[in-house]
Amino acid sequence: MAWLNNSILEDMGYFSDIYQGIKSLLTGMSITGKYFLNFRKGSITQQYPENRETLKMFERFRGEVIMPHDENNEHRCTGCQACEIACPNGTIEIIWDRQLDEESGKKKKMIDKHIYRLGMCTMCGLCIEACPTDAIKWGQNFENSVYDRKYLDRILNKPGSKLMKGVEDKE
Amino acid sequence: MLLSITKNIHEWLFSLMPENIASIVEMTIIAVIYLTGFAVAGLFLVLMERRIAAWFQLRRGPNRVGFHGILQTIADALKLVSKELTGTIKADKFLYNLAPYFVIITALLALAVFPFTKDFQAFDINIGILFLIAISSIGVIGILLAGWSSNNKFSLIGAMRSGVQTISYELSVSLSLLTIVLMTGTLQLSEIVEVQKNGWLIVQGHVPAVIAFMIYMIAGTAETNRTPFDLVEAESELGAGFHTEYSGMKFAYFFLAEFINMFIIASIATTVFFGAWLSPFGITESIPLLGIFWFLAKTFVIVFLMMWFRWSFPRLRIDQILTLEWKYLLPINLVNLVVMAIVVWLGLTIQF
Amino acid sequence: MEPIVVNNNFKSEEYFINMGPQHPATHGVLRLLLTIDGEIIKKVEPDLGYIHRSIEKMCERDSYQQIVHLTDRMDYLSSNINNEAVCLAIENALQLEVPERVKVIRTIIGELTRIASHTLWWGVMGMDVGAFTTFFYGFRDREMINDIFEETCGARLTMNYNMPGGLMFDIHPNFIKRTKEFVAHFKTKLPEYDALLTNNIIFQHRTKGVGILTKEDAISFGASGPVGRASGYSCDVRVHHPYSALDKVKFKEAMRTTGDTFARYEVRIEEMWESLSIIEQLIDNIPEGDYKVATNAVIKLPKGEFYQRVETARGELGVYIISTGTKNAHRVKFRSPGFSNLSLLNHISVGSKIGDLVAIMATLDLVIPDIDR
Repeated sequence: MAWLNNSILEDMGYFSDIYQGIKSLLTGMSITGKYFLNFRKGSITQQYPENRETLKMFERFRGEVIMPHDENNEHRCTGCQACEIACPNGTIEIIWDRQLDEESGKKKKMIDKHIYRLGMCTMCGLCIEACPTDAIKWGQNFENSVYDRKYLDRILNKPGSKLMKGVEDKE
Repeated sequence: MLLSITKNIHEWLFSLMPENIASIVEMTIIAVIYLTGFAVAGLFLVLMERRIAAWFQLRRGPNRVGFHGILQTIADALKLVSKELTGTIKADKFLYNLAPYFVIITALLALAVFPFTKDFQAFDINIGILFLIAISSIGVIGILLAGWSSNNKFSLIGAMRSGVQTISYELSVSLSLLTIVLMTGTLQLSEIVEVQKNGWLIVQGHVPAVIAFMIYMIAGTAETNRTPFDLVEAESELGAGFHTEYSGMKFAYFFLAEFINMFIIASIATTVFFGAWLSPFGITESIPLLGIFWFLAKTFVIVFLMMWFRWSFPRLRIDQILTLEWKYLLPINLVNLVVMAIVVWLGLTIQF
Repeated sequence: MEPIVVNNNFKSEEYFINMGPQHPATHGVLRLLLTIDGEIIKKVEPDLGYIHRSIEKMCERDSYQQIVHLTDRMDYLSSNINNEAVCLAIENALQLEVPERVKVIRTIIGELTRIASHTLWWGVMGMDVGAFTTFFYGFRDREMINDIFEETCGARLTMNYNMPGGLMFDIHPNFIKRTKEFVAHFKTKLPEYDALLTNNIIFQHRTKGVGILTKEDAISFGASGPVGRASGYSCDVRVHHPYSALDKVKFKEAMRTTGDTFARYEVRIEEMWESLSIIEQLIDNIPEGDYKVATNAVIKLPKGEFYQRVETARGELGVYIISTGTKNAHRVKFRSPGFSNLSLLNHISVGSKIGDLVAIMATLDLVIPDIDR
């Protein structure tokens, strides 16, 4: 009986504990219950492969490095290698050559291959920051899964592409 | 109608062959019906759990396999069947293999006594409630075996927790059911239903019955090892607890048993507190077949309540689980039992 | 503080258990060697090195611009603040005064990062004590911040938005609108956090009086961030050594004195409120101006040693650069908050249960790449 006296009858905290406890539990349940009832509009997840068509990334999204070409198959890369130097991981490698420029008749530095290894890229953006002619920029593509690692090594300049006129003059 | 079919089959079987063989054949048929029925029910419960969890958590839940993901758990079950059964080298092979069957068989045994509708009961034993309590305590042996025999310390901790927890909460489950038995005066489930034709027992017994129901729900959740009492398989503490070393179909047995146990706990609550297959206010008393619908509807409401607990609360610590049982639930339960006795003695129950 | 006795002679009831490196509660690849007596923890020995990438050594190889993006990968939940720390160190060394606009934007983004980190922590904290639903509610709010970052910086986790001399590009036109939306949204959601988890009786029983760290111990173990402040040790770098625009804003340093798991929890919840108030003070007052000042393409730091401390979501991050005047650093050392906070794990968790250890680990808020580097 002493136990009863000490812990229950004298200390009414026993019952208020139970009351407070149950109240706090019910408050928590009301929160989850509220979301349960509104599950139709509350859903925060996306149905990924289904919304592939409509899914649009933000314009600054860093998906992969691309080199835009215009309709004449011309790019803006002069082969200055600033991106190659800026890259912390050796992701970018530019193979260049001095070739005869048709207009001026002088030998000029021209890119042969702008190699971009997506598998090594950490998306830090330093190459794009470093590029003086805005030849490379971020692409919004995020579906990069391939079956072999070698497919991640990309050559950014299209075959047969040329340097856009006037790019070097601006520099 | 259902009754006449079962009766016809019964008579047909007994006319066809000697009495002993007919009984065995009949039992086999009933067992097969129950097994398939509850394999499907278990799978449905898993799907229901996942869907409800998703809706609580701002997700969509499984919606790829079949119409709105209805076949998802069947696909999962097929996957589990086809998976390799791995095991630890130093495991106690016999006990390791025995444990999942222990758990699933005890879970299925308990289903036999539930009155799903009028006269639709596989085994109307006159000590129904005692049978249920006894069976539900056997299941823990399977968990203990699994944890001990798989030779994994995490499993062992989980199994020991399970032992401590189930033995403690067994008491509360039994006492809260005993409180109700005071009103019915019988342990036979069909008779308990009969008593409730004058009003569900939770209404008849008013305050003490409601307290008994609350205690039963807490203890029942602990019996099934679900959050907030899921210490047995607390994944943030023990990985997967007692079934860490099980894979494939053996894991599936544990998994299914957990959900069938949940169904059993809810079914007991339905039978004892909420009038089993009786419809509210006797709307469809004339059609016994609808009793199945009412039984399942009530059961699933209680199952939903348990799922709601699971997706709202954090889990308790092992010493707090014991504190809750021995310092709160048990004393309240004992007092409640006396109160109920007084209520029944003075005839204060509410009868319609 | 009592000396920790290293003793591998097990008593008869004690046994050894290996928690991690693959364990749900260690949030990564931390390995804990536990000595347990039944459920009671007798000793915790953290074993590190499973995600060591030698970032400090790589910093000696890379140019100063390139160092910045490596710090994204240390404490990836407060990557913007890490970037800021390195940039501030380099700018201090170069005696470069960045525009006011840059300072304000850096502070806003830093506080957003802190909220993002704390919401993730809150979700994981709930999950560690068994409440799964908190994880998704935490992520819902973190997702809004991530969208803000993605629109402005282009990345969600490893932003690399800061550069020595300013920012990589100006904030997106939608930035201010979205941030205001988030602040309004989050103010309605934080009370829900309290209703769902903080006030929950089970949660309070799980956390109160567990893993108590005294103020003296906090100081001697070098605890920082919310862990130190929960013990009553005023250690907020933002208050004592304000950087960027933090000297212009008014905010209260979240402090508790009990030093238990619940105090650490409460400090983080209060920090989210304080971060919201800092953002509110600054978001309407972003001054016009350049978003960066030009630096040389090859940055050469003057000869000497430079130290910069910032307050990340986990505590005090120190960046220590020794330069010999070349384009690479001679030595870069990061004083990471997680490492010091991990060191006191054994001290505060001995004598508690396995479940407590998980709760204590959750409130230490360890990010393993931050510890290993």
